[in-house]
Amino acid sequence: MRIPCPLCGPRDRREFAYQGAAVMLDRPAPDAGDAAWDDYLHNRANPCGETRDLWFHEAGCGAWLVVTRDTATHEVTGAELAETVASS
Amino acid sequence: MRIAGRGLDQGTTSVPFTFDGERLTGRAGDTLAAALIANDKRVVARSFKYHRPRGILTAGSEEPNALVTVGHGPQADPNVRATVQELYEGLEARSQNAYPSVDFDLMAVNDLMSPFLGAGFYYKTFMWPKSFWEKLYEPVIRRAAGLGALSGLANEDTYEKAFAHCDVLVIGAGAAGLMAAWAAARAGADVILADEDARMGGRLLAETEEVSGQPGHAWAADRVAELAAMDNVRLMPRTALTGAYDQGTFGALERVGRHHPHRPGKPLECFWRIVARRAILCAGALERPVAFPNNDRPGIMTAGAVRAYLNRWGVVAGRKVAVFANNDGAHRTALDLMAAGVDVSAVIDSRAEAQALGDYKLFAGARVIGTRGRKGLESLSLRQGDRTLRIEAECLAVSGGWNPSVHLACHMNGRPEWDATTLSFLPRSGMVPGMVAAGAARGQFSTAACLADGARVAADVAAELGLTPADTPVPDAEDRPYRIEELWAVEGRGRKWLDFQNDVHVKDVRLAAQENFRSVEHMKRYTTQGMATDQGKNSNVAALAVLADATGRSIPETGTTTFRPPYTPVSIAAMGAGAQGMGFAPRRLTTSHKASVDRGAPMIEAGLWYRPAYFPKPGDASWQEACNREVTTVRTAVGVCDVSTLGKIDIQGPDAAALLDFVYANTFSTLKVGRVRYGLMLREDGHVMDDGTTARLGEDHFLMTTTTAAAGLVMRHLEWVAQTLRPELDVVFTSATEHWAQFAVAGPKSRDLLDAVVDGGLDPAAWPFMACGAVDVMGVPGRLFRISFSGEHAYEVAVPARHGAALYRVLLAQAEALGGGAYGIEALNVLRIEKGHVTHAEIHGRTTAFDIGCEGMVSKKKDCVGFATSRRPGLLEDSREQLVGLKPVDPAGRLTGGAHLFAETADPVRSNDQGYVTSTCHSPTLGHDLALGFLANGRARHGETIKMVDHLRGVTTLARVCEPVFFDRKGERVRG
Amino acid sequence: MSVANLVVLSPCDGLLPGTIGAVSITETTPGRITAILPFKGQDDAVSVALKSALGVGFPAPGRSQAVGDVRTLWVGRGEALLMGADCPDLPGAACVDQSDAWATVEITGTPVEEVLARLVPVDLRAATFDPGHTARTLLGHMTASVTRTGASAFEIMVFRSMAETLVENLAHAASAVAARS
Repeated sequence: MRIPCPLCGPRDRREFAYQGAAVMLDRPAPDAGDAAWDDYLHNRANPCGETRDLWFHEAGCGAWLVVTRDTATHEVTGAELAETVASS
Repeated sequence: MRIAGRGLDQGTTSVPFTFDGERLTGRAGDTLAAALIANDKRVVARSFKYHRPRGILTAGSEEPNALVTVGHGPQADPNVRATVQELYEGLEARSQNAYPSVDFDLMAVNDLMSPFLGAGFYYKTFMWPKSFWEKLYEPVIRRAAGLGALSGLANEDTYEKAFAHCDVLVIGAGAAGLMAAWAAARAGADVILADEDARMGGRLLAETEEVSGQPGHAWAADRVAELAAMDNVRLMPRTALTGAYDQGTFGALERVGRHHPHRPGKPLECFWRIVARRAILCAGALERPVAFPNNDRPGIMTAGAVRAYLNRWGVVAGRKVAVFANNDGAHRTALDLMAAGVDVSAVIDSRAEAQALGDYKLFAGARVIGTRGRKGLESLSLRQGDRTLRIEAECLAVSGGWNPSVHLACHMNGRPEWDATTLSFLPRSGMVPGMVAAGAARGQFSTAACLADGARVAADVAAELGLTPADTPVPDAEDRPYRIEELWAVEGRGRKWLDFQNDVHVKDVRLAAQENFRSVEHMKRYTTQGMATDQGKNSNVAALAVLADATGRSIPETGTTTFRPPYTPVSIAAMGAGAQGMGFAPRRLTTSHKASVDRGAPMIEAGLWYRPAYFPKPGDASWQEACNREVTTVRTAVGVCDVSTLGKIDIQGPDAAALLDFVYANTFSTLKVGRVRYGLMLREDGHVMDDGTTARLGEDHFLMTTTTAAAGLVMRHLEWVAQTLRPELDVVFTSATEHWAQFAVAGPKSRDLLDAVVDGGLDPAAWPFMACGAVDVMGVPGRLFRISFSGEHAYEVAVPARHGAALYRVLLAQAEALGGGAYGIEALNVLRIEKGHVTHAEIHGRTTAFDIGCEGMVSKKKDCVGFATSRRPGLLEDSREQLVGLKPVDPAGRLTGGAHLFAETADPVRSNDQGYVTSTCHSPTLGHDLALGFLANGRARHGETIKMVDHLRGVTTLARVCEPVFFDRKGERVRG
Repeated sequence: MSVANLVVLSPCDGLLPGTIGAVSITETTPGRITAILPFKGQDDAVSVALKSALGVGFPAPGRSQAVGDVRTLWVGRGEALLMGADCPDLPGAACVDQSDAWATVEITGTPVEEVLARLVPVDLRAATFDPGHTARTLLGHMTASVTRTGASAFEIMVFRSMAETLVENLAHAASAVAARS
């Protein structure tokens, strides 16, 4: 598997650490309540098809990425800097 | 036997080798299989299950029968395919799965039992009683059924792994592959051409056809030479592509040092990871046998293999050869043999319309219905209409047609489609993104079609890559049509073998269907067809045709099993190359490493770091004695310990304090410049992630310390927070761990020691507990922190790492002059347990700030990672297991790590479990064992006596629950 | 006591130089190394300030710049190393001394790409990885900085503590390559 790092170009999977679904970017407010936090921490969709997840280019540039890929075909359709996604 | 005037390597040197101890001679360029045929060795192996005598079936990596062990001792390599192994001087090969020999095998009794040993026999028979499986059935079956055995000795041979990158990967160097590589290279692409054979050319080396007026093998040699001379082409012979993976990544196994005697240091194999923008699959096709009664007798081979042995290696497996086929191609076998002067006794063609292409005896519309011969084929019976004839033959060349090698195309779960014209599965486009098939791999079976297809596909690929295809002339070659009629199995008395390696025959497949294992995947598991090391390359299509017939469905309705990597077996040694012994992980060494080793300290791993466990002295009875001495040294004088392994993160920026307030549970924005504070870091789920001290070096400048083991994790976490949760913060950070060599100087005399090495001395007033700042150490700019993990008056002093080794020696010399010395990780651990300081033994991922008694540190005035969730129901309840100290009631009592805690009178069973011990030590300071652990509602139970039970070590000790600080509870020493 | 010297040891002290087959591995001494991390919105200002002070700017991802012995080397998101010069005053950036943090070696010789292909998963072919190109990637199991310095020359940097493993890994790969010829 190869991931197109926006800074480094396409790189082998072994350079990245996997985190999980990109919903981790949507952190609830401290007072959002247990249900919202439960959801944020534990509840995940398990899509057959497109998914967006977080990868850390740990053995590369140190950027967190949001990678869009297809769980059925394994196609990787894009990768963005998580910082850009989080700031927008 | 060797045929004069045939073969590509005539007149080369003769090569001595041994087979089962017998001295034999082959010639350079031979495979072991070719050399065995030259020496008239017919039985070369015994089959897996029934121990039937088996001969060589094929001339390639798909060989199911001729598996041998090469070499001896630790270097013995089992399950080597004789058809792949190149001959070299001194090669030692042995047959497998036979006792005492392949010619007389005691286990052949299995074959007499075969009516009882059909598919499913093991499943049905060895079921009861359960305990018999492990003790009796499995060992016996394992001994009886098997392949080669490993030596059991450590193997020091070298293997390697490597990466390669290219624009176009061409898989297979036959007619199509050579043309494809040539066309792609001429278009300017960076090309890798890989072929599993030692010699490139594919079937052009095995046939007598001409290409462009030259013998095919000569044309191939010219192309290979031309490609080799091009800068943008990399030829990889002896390299089998084993797997197609995501985003154009391929696995390949290169046989580097297996074709000559062992050469020390030279890798035997290299496992390649090849990344290609495009791949062209020119893997060719494999010929399939026909299932007819007793079709496994040595001497029965695929027709293509008979031609390969004759034309490439100049050997034939018998004096009289017959041919049995359902297609035109096989007739070439008869013509080639006759041209070489070999007696062709009959050509048996199942097609009624078949025409003879030469002067041989043709039986059209006929089938082989039986074979005879003791150690190999002697004669065969055929039926043509109503008549039955016996034909003499020592070798029978069989062709049931060709299966395109679609395996790699299927590795990403794509399914090939059935083609009714060629009676074979063909790859669909897009099965592996970026890969296209060309030539025989997609059912183009004439040489002319392969050449043209390779050139055309490569031109398309070049255009896709934005290159300008060069005009690549396609040479003239044979272009006969491929005419074939269905023929999978011939009825008659005797077993009709499908899977030669796993001993599966037609009746087994029918039995599977009868027992309702109708899905091809179920049939495979029930019969084990296709599950041998050849992965069903020789048997899959015929087996599913038999299944289709037995279930009344068509072949496309029946479907195929899934081809998975690897295409051919890959040794574990190659995939694990470089990871043996110390190659398993990098070693991180401190600047004091050599000094510690010189003092005899055993080094222990902490993460990737190596740290000294203790410093032995002559006369020490055990490590405990050294540890006790070092603890006492720190408590009474001064000790020195390298703490460079702790993570140090330099954090700067206007929002540096805001970031720290967010990642730490407690507050750092209030910390004064020149001071250090202990911090507790939570995960977002409210559990403790790590702890450590952070120093404020300037208004906008902090230095965070992490534990040794969690340094990488914390860095990842900080990046996560800064990049995604708080991207608005203007803060940057980088690891400074490696720039500094840092040493703890701990003990009542630590100030005296530092006073001597810090330039200008150490002013006590300027260095209160938790102070930090810049100092010069013997002329070198460094840093000093007055912090303590031991509970003693202590400092950590840091200098740039280039001076680390020197400073460590100076500190030790000073310490020794003051009655102190070095201390290791064992003593460090005792010192911290005496003080109740937690490590990752306590903050092990399932404990909260509340559990370790630090809930007061979680500031309620601000948000932080883990703040909201740390207050969830259940995380703040008294009934939770809380950090406590434990002292044995009897001072001689032992406390052991991992032991569980029970009420004094309760049965030590799981339902009564109240907690567990996380850290223990023997405290020389207090004269007895100490432990830290977690106990349900533990903080309210100080003073209570509980029972510690270590089921693993068989230790039961009564212990008193106490506060988790055993020594200097008021912390007077650290401030003194 | 302070009259005594704290003797200086380089990261690869006692390990290099070495020649294996046709490749040579030597420890290099890049001089002072400062990590430069521009604050928010300061990238251009930092680059200009660097350029005016030393002639080299803040490099783009995957690139390095050099004027004589003074170099800037991109080493990750928002971070570059200034090598071979004292760090000028850069108010728009955090500047962290890293002079002792790295083991730096140069590996040269015709088969150098073959040797590194045993250890480094990135594409180092000259067509895609010119002199001046640099990559943060893996070398074996270590994070590393790999920079092409010539047609058959690369500079490799790993953390100082892993100097011994670096030399072992390079030597092992070079031996295997040499044994093939």
